[in-house]
Amino acid sequence: MRAPLSWLREHADLPEGTTGRDLAERLVRAGLEVETVESPGAEISGPLVVGRVASFEQETHSNGKTVRWCQVDVGEAQPRGIVCGAHNFAVGDAVVVALPGAVLPGEFEITARTTYGHTSDGMICSSRELGVGDDHSGILVLPGETEVGADAVELLDLRDEVLDIAVTPDRAYCLSIRGLAREAATAYGVAFHDPAVVAALTGTGEPGHPGEIADPTGADRFVLRTVTGLDPEAVTPLWMQRRLVLSGMRPVSLAVDVTNYVMLEMGQPLHAFDRNKLKGAVVVRRATAGERLDTLDHVTRDLDPEDLLITDDRGPIGLAGTMGGLETEIGDGSTELVIEAAHFLPVPIARMQRRHKLPSEAAKRFERGVDPALPPAASARAVALLRDLGGATYVGSSDVDLPRPTPVIALDPARPGRTAGVAISEQTTRAHLGQIGATVVDGPDGTLAVSPPSWRPDLLDPADLDEEVIRLVGYDTIPSVLPAAPAGRGFTEGQRLRRRVGQALARAGYVEAPSYPFVGEHDLDNLMLPADDGRRQALRLANPLSDEEPLLRTTLLPGLLHAVRRNVGRGTSDVGLFELALVFRPGPEPLPPAPRPPLERRPTDEEVAALDAALPAQPAHVAVVLTGDREPTGWWGPGRPASWADAVEAARVVAREARVELGVRADQHAPWHPGRCAALLAGDRVVGHAGELHPRVVEAFGLPERTAAMELDLDLLGFSADPVPAPRISTYPVATQDVALVVDDTVAQAEVADALRAGAGPLLESMRLFDVYRGAQLGAGKASLAYALRFRAPDRTLTAEEVTAAREAAVGEAHRRTGAVPRG
Amino acid sequence: MSAPNKNYDPVQVTPLNADEVEHARADALAAIEKAADLDALKTVRLEHAGDRSPLALANREIGALPPAARADAGKRVGLARRAVSDALAARQGELERERDERVLVEEAVDVTLPWDRAPAGARHPLTTIQERVAELFLAMGYEWSEGPEVEAEWYNFDALNLPPDHPARTTQDTFWVTSPDSGVVLRTQTSPVQIRTMLRRRPPIYAVSPGKVYRTDELDATHTPVFSQVEGLVVDEGITMAHLRGTLDNFARAMFGEDMVTRLRPSYFPFTEPSAEMDLQCWVCHGESVGNPDRACRTCSSEGWIEWGGCGMVNPRVLVACGVDPERYSGFAFGMGLERTLMSRHGAEDMRDLVEGDVRFTRAFGTEI
Repeated sequence: MRAPLSWLREHADLPEGTTGRDLAERLVRAGLEVETVESPGAEISGPLVVGRVASFEQETHSNGKTVRWCQVDVGEAQPRGIVCGAHNFAVGDAVVVALPGAVLPGEFEITARTTYGHTSDGMICSSRELGVGDDHSGILVLPGETEVGADAVELLDLRDEVLDIAVTPDRAYCLSIRGLAREAATAYGVAFHDPAVVAALTGTGEPGHPGEIADPTGADRFVLRTVTGLDPEAVTPLWMQRRLVLSGMRPVSLAVDVTNYVMLEMGQPLHAFDRNKLKGAVVVRRATAGERLDTLDHVTRDLDPEDLLITDDRGPIGLAGTMGGLETEIGDGSTELVIEAAHFLPVPIARMQRRHKLPSEAAKRFERGVDPALPPAASARAVALLRDLGGATYVGSSDVDLPRPTPVIALDPARPGRTAGVAISEQTTRAHLGQIGATVVDGPDGTLAVSPPSWRPDLLDPADLDEEVIRLVGYDTIPSVLPAAPAGRGFTEGQRLRRRVGQALARAGYVEAPSYPFVGEHDLDNLMLPADDGRRQALRLANPLSDEEPLLRTTLLPGLLHAVRRNVGRGTSDVGLFELALVFRPGPEPLPPAPRPPLERRPTDEEVAALDAALPAQPAHVAVVLTGDREPTGWWGPGRPASWADAVEAARVVAREARVELGVRADQHAPWHPGRCAALLAGDRVVGHAGELHPRVVEAFGLPERTAAMELDLDLLGFSADPVPAPRISTYPVATQDVALVVDDTVAQAEVADALRAGAGPLLESMRLFDVYRGAQLGAGKASLAYALRFRAPDRTLTAEEVTAAREAAVGEAHRRTGAVPRG
Repeated sequence: MSAPNKNYDPVQVTPLNADEVEHARADALAAIEKAADLDALKTVRLEHAGDRSPLALANREIGALPPAARADAGKRVGLARRAVSDALAARQGELERERDERVLVEEAVDVTLPWDRAPAGARHPLTTIQERVAELFLAMGYEWSEGPEVEAEWYNFDALNLPPDHPARTTQDTFWVTSPDSGVVLRTQTSPVQIRTMLRRRPPIYAVSPGKVYRTDELDATHTPVFSQVEGLVVDEGITMAHLRGTLDNFARAMFGEDMVTRLRPSYFPFTEPSAEMDLQCWVCHGESVGNPDRACRTCSSEGWIEWGGCGMVNPRVLVACGVDPERYSGFAFGMGLERTLMSRHGAEDMRDLVEGDVRFTRAFGTEI
């Protein structure tokens, strides 16, 4: 809502010298969000006066242009000679003259200059040059009686300030000068003059056009006022045009401008019909199936049975409170009008404007709640303006006024202070409630019975009154007190784990890169996911930002792969990223619709369960993607390329933080390289995969060769929160034994290691694979694995016999399980 | 110097002559002094302190002296030998030190050589700021509540006093999952976690809930469809707006420094009543840019205040929908945007830097901000 300060001043006796910024500060304190304070006309300076054209000579020049050499009386001893290119004025017209030295908007400096053979001693201005309107087709001609020599800046209110206020949905009344002036008056503690108090009209005695509310769920007040004899030549006065322009509306015609003006002034949207285009009574009703309406924006709309319509005998003539119909539109020749002022209920208007995507100024007000007491006053104001400015005659009115609830709120007078945490007396509470227009009387048991004013449909509960009282007392009076919370337990184990995993991966050299959860089918195709893969079962957004990415991710990989490519594209070729975030796994069956339990009580356990059942599984996943060198080339020697092994190790880093023993076995699983893919196991559960990506996946995502990745389900991995059992440290000497075993190439190292460990028994303290060898010496299809075994007993120094026996048992078990033989 | 006395004969011999002893001692000390390195000193040691050295020989012959002369000669020779052995030890130490120092000099390296072999990782600043905020509140006894990101409309809107046709819904541009009437959305705020917390446990409730939220804004320098908020919720007996203010003041000072000036101004949210916006005084211009075009401030757009987040007293209607007795309990709630907090606190200028995952941006933050 844009509010010119001059207009607000008309209804609030603001102190002399109050600037727009002063007022803005007070209004912000009272809860209005003033976004900007503009000062149109602030740059105008110098002599700008009213002149009267005494005479002119029309001259046609060699360039084909016809100009007028005018003598203009500006209240000085002698008229001034001024050259003017416009022709829309006559001798005797009052005009605005910028004298030399004046500065017009846009730093347009006026000087006496020679043009078309004359010295032009000033300029006759158009409304655009003055910044009061958009008209540049001719100069601005003032009403005849305007006094010559008067200061035009003052006369035309050229200098003003405009507050642009973002009105929150609860304060519909502030979508009007009336509401804002009331707040301004309250903020300064000065008198407020309600524009809705209008003089009674005297009609001709004939009945007004008949109106009717056929659907009381759509409207509860419907006023129609009829005027005749509107002068079709009458134009909107400059002051009204000026206010409309400053408020962000375009002047159109007197009848339209008056309805807009009254809407801005009071907050009541009005609609004007051409009376002669109406057939029979005007009725508010719902649409019936199949009805259509051509609206003012020249769109033919199919109507929904829920749409709230204005109709006459022929059918729909407007969408109630949203947009009028083309057929009954007033035109330049309209002399007989029916002014509609209604109170439509918020929900039907809200739905209709959304259904038809018509967020009009009227609908914005109705869906937030217009004062139901306004229709008679606002329509009377419009009629009075049409009468005074357009010579119209008031005929009469019809008024349907249905009963509506008038809430009375029982307020404990101590409540606002209790809510604020600061003492607020009952007297103060009563005074502030009075300022907002509420009626306060004594209720039972020491309570106050508060009747909110008609323009405040948002005030329903005692808490609403708390806010009104406290904001007028001032939020800045509220002290700052820390409440004492009961003793807490800190992070949960799960929260600790996620933090630890992030820290461990960062320590391992990965950079966290949270990505958007939006993916497309093409991402899943590029991952080479089979048709029956669970990751293909993704939720679809009804309104995605991009039609290319309508799905919610079931895997973290696409986002990470895109981020890696972005980094590589920007010149960072060695990069390891990780993400820890939720994925969305709805499963194969469609999810049941979510219920909408009632709000006046706690939902039942069944209702809560039904709500949860409507949501997909949302497990936390952790993933890494890495490419380029894991260790860079340097003066120490060549670097080490990132590989499948780093990806598997990343999973071990995660598992270590979870204190879960991670098993690894070969697997074939998209999007990984079928020969370089590890399934990650916690016990028997496959919790994820790691390895090098499939070359075609790498290519599809535009990544460097050999890019590797890991993803695991952190929820499935689980974690141990038990206290770590402290190890017993033996101080007896260690006995080291190396074994080299030859196995078939197809045997996994992990199987050999498991067998050695099992065979070696409890004396084995640790074991480490230190060499893997394949070569001609061994023969094709063979590999030699060399391990260093460290034996130690907790209670004694081991004998050579004991160590040898343990070593042989280990080798024996490896042979039994895997066919491994000692390398000769 | 005399020749070694090979034919042992217990008569007074020259080596025990006082002058001779003194002479041998002086020779030895001079040789020790002259030894330039450890090898030379070794030779000197053999020559002057070895078994065949004059003083050793003299010592050997003491036994042959008449008893009356033994003590005198013994003392003389003993003193001389000790002086030589002390001088040897001292010189030995000296030469060893010299050698060690020389080796250390020879082993010197260029310590300015880089050793950046291990890649530098980092956590995303939005993660660490969430943790930092959570830690602040956890230290005060709060719990960290969590909720899903794909959320039922009932939690995200209805239970928060935003009925289906409420105009405030249009201010939160919602991603609808599956269809606009599925009742399932990507949560537009962290506030549904309030509802889940109140359904999960009874007051007193002190909970904080950082997390991701979603709105249908296109990514640009100041907007992102996926962003982070931190929600706070307190429900207890006797909770007032003063408690809300105290909590937010503490939060603001913890995030932005002890001299941070805050402001509460009335606002509107369906789920709080009374409602407020929390503003931070601009820490660059301290409000001096307001109405002062000569001192325009980029940080606050010359408004003097920076909007930080919304807050208020939990609307009793919300308490009722969660089965909390509004006659007995009251509460407050707040929600701050963490991107804005981060950008303000760290001077980040472009939202895209926060979402694109460029390691050059994220690495700068390390693992704590």
